[in-house]
Amino acid sequence: GGVITDVSLLLPQAPSSVNVAMFGCDTFEKVIRTFRLARQSMGEIVSACEFMDRTCMKAVNEQLSLSSPFPDPHPFYFIVETSGSNQEHDMDKLEAYVGRVFEEGAADDGVLATSKDQAARLMALRENIAPALKQLGYNYKYDVSLPLGQMYSLVEKVRKVLQSVEGSHIGSYGHIADGDLHLNPISPRYSKAVLGMIEPFIYEEVAKLRGSISAEHGLGLKKANYLKYSKDSEVIEMMRTLKEVFDPNHIMNPYKLLPWK
Amino acid sequence: MASLRVLVGCKRVIDYAVKIRVRPDALGVVTDGVKHSMNPFDENAIEEAVRMKQKKIVKEIVVASCGGTQSQETIRTALAMGADRGIHVEIPKGTDESLQPLAVAKIFAKLVEKENPDIVILGKQAIDDDSNQTTQLLAGILEWPQGTMASVVEHSEGKLKITREVDGGLEDISVGLPAVISADLRLNEPRYATLPNIMKAKKKKIEKMSPEDLGVDVTPRLKVLKVVDPPVREAGDKVPDVSTLMDKLKEKGHI
Repeated sequence: GGVITDVSLLLPQAPSSVNVAMFGCDTFEKVIRTFRLARQSMGEIVSACEFMDRTCMKAVNEQLSLSSPFPDPHPFYFIVETSGSNQEHDMDKLEAYVGRVFEEGAADDGVLATSKDQAARLMALRENIAPALKQLGYNYKYDVSLPLGQMYSLVEKVRKVLQSVEGSHIGSYGHIADGDLHLNPISPRYSKAVLGMIEPFIYEEVAKLRGSISAEHGLGLKKANYLKYSKDSEVIEMMRTLKEVFDPNHIMNPYKLLPWK
Repeated sequence: MASLRVLVGCKRVIDYAVKIRVRPDALGVVTDGVKHSMNPFDENAIEEAVRMKQKKIVKEIVVASCGGTQSQETIRTALAMGADRGIHVEIPKGTDESLQPLAVAKIFAKLVEKENPDIVILGKQAIDDDSNQTTQLLAGILEWPQGTMASVVEHSEGKLKITREVDGGLEDISVGLPAVISADLRLNEPRYATLPNIMKAKKKKIEKMSPEDLGVDVTPRLKVLKVVDPPVREAGDKVPDVSTLMDKLKEKGHI
């Protein structure tokens, strides 16, 4: 714990060449293959790797009128963005990558943006998922990290659990390169019963797979009491002891991060 | 049923989304290291040709571009959207930036002689010079009918019904073939280059030639004297009441 008194930002040079490709995949295993090929063929220029499922694509199409670049629907979509300093070199790498994906059948369809406008429209499909899903009902939001191969298995498990809830959906998307999954079970209205079906179930499943219950958004207030799913009680006690050193009167960011119940 | 052949033009320009900067010598804009893509109206032109092919009205689409070496990338994009083969009329570096609509129209007139298309589709204007002249000049040279600023094109019995976007609204015309069309933004939503088509495009032919091969002199007839930024918008005056406003307007000669 500490107090921030000053901030200075070290800004990197904005990349002059940004490109975006999007793929449609019929299985999650293909998403992983397409993603791995991206890392292998273009590692140093890859700036974003995102995946989204059919529920998310349908939501942005129908709720926000953003059209899919594909004529046919796919269960999964994978987006890769590259950032570099030389448009020609980057395009060469991207075309070689896209060629490999096609030859190896890693994806079932794909498009490459050929202008900044197209690139922005493809990224908009991913960036607007949260507001689009909000239109479908009450979103119980989870942000977890899991080993790559297990990422979608959790979604399938939660889908089974929610099968009996009428009008429920489950939208999932995330920063696949970090193993980060944004899991959004949705019911028409907030329901304590539905919450009870998925929580602590989701945290228990994540703990079983040795993932983290809070991948990027932090524990904050709402998840502080679930820290035990990712850290042993001895570790939690050590964290408490350290905090006591800096904050004996418990006035710095109270109720956050450490369990308070 | 498909029997028509289409010649489509495309131009490599600075990407529409880039912030333009005037060159220090004030004779143009900075193009080095700046992202370029296909002129947006040309995307509409190619998309329309591809849709006509999908509807089996057209059997072959030839795409041509006049410009430096990098124009080949733009032709490849057109091929990846569905054009069948390409023609690159290569303009030597240094003169490519001074290539003007009259020269392009003359080049396309020669390509028409060579390729014998039934329809020529161009983008209505390039976003770098905003001329909106090439289609009209070409129609004049060929003595073909023209349908410019097209937002709807329908084919029926050897004629094209075209809806044009004009100042007063929309104008419907009918032209016989062969004809020249210029595509406007609302004509269609251009498709993305898809994976399989990008791979196929690599194998499609791009024929290279020079203006001399076509017997066209591309010496510019217009000379750019100066390029400057538009004047910076100045702060307005805030006035306390309507009578002061009226006085100020009269003072400045506006009323």
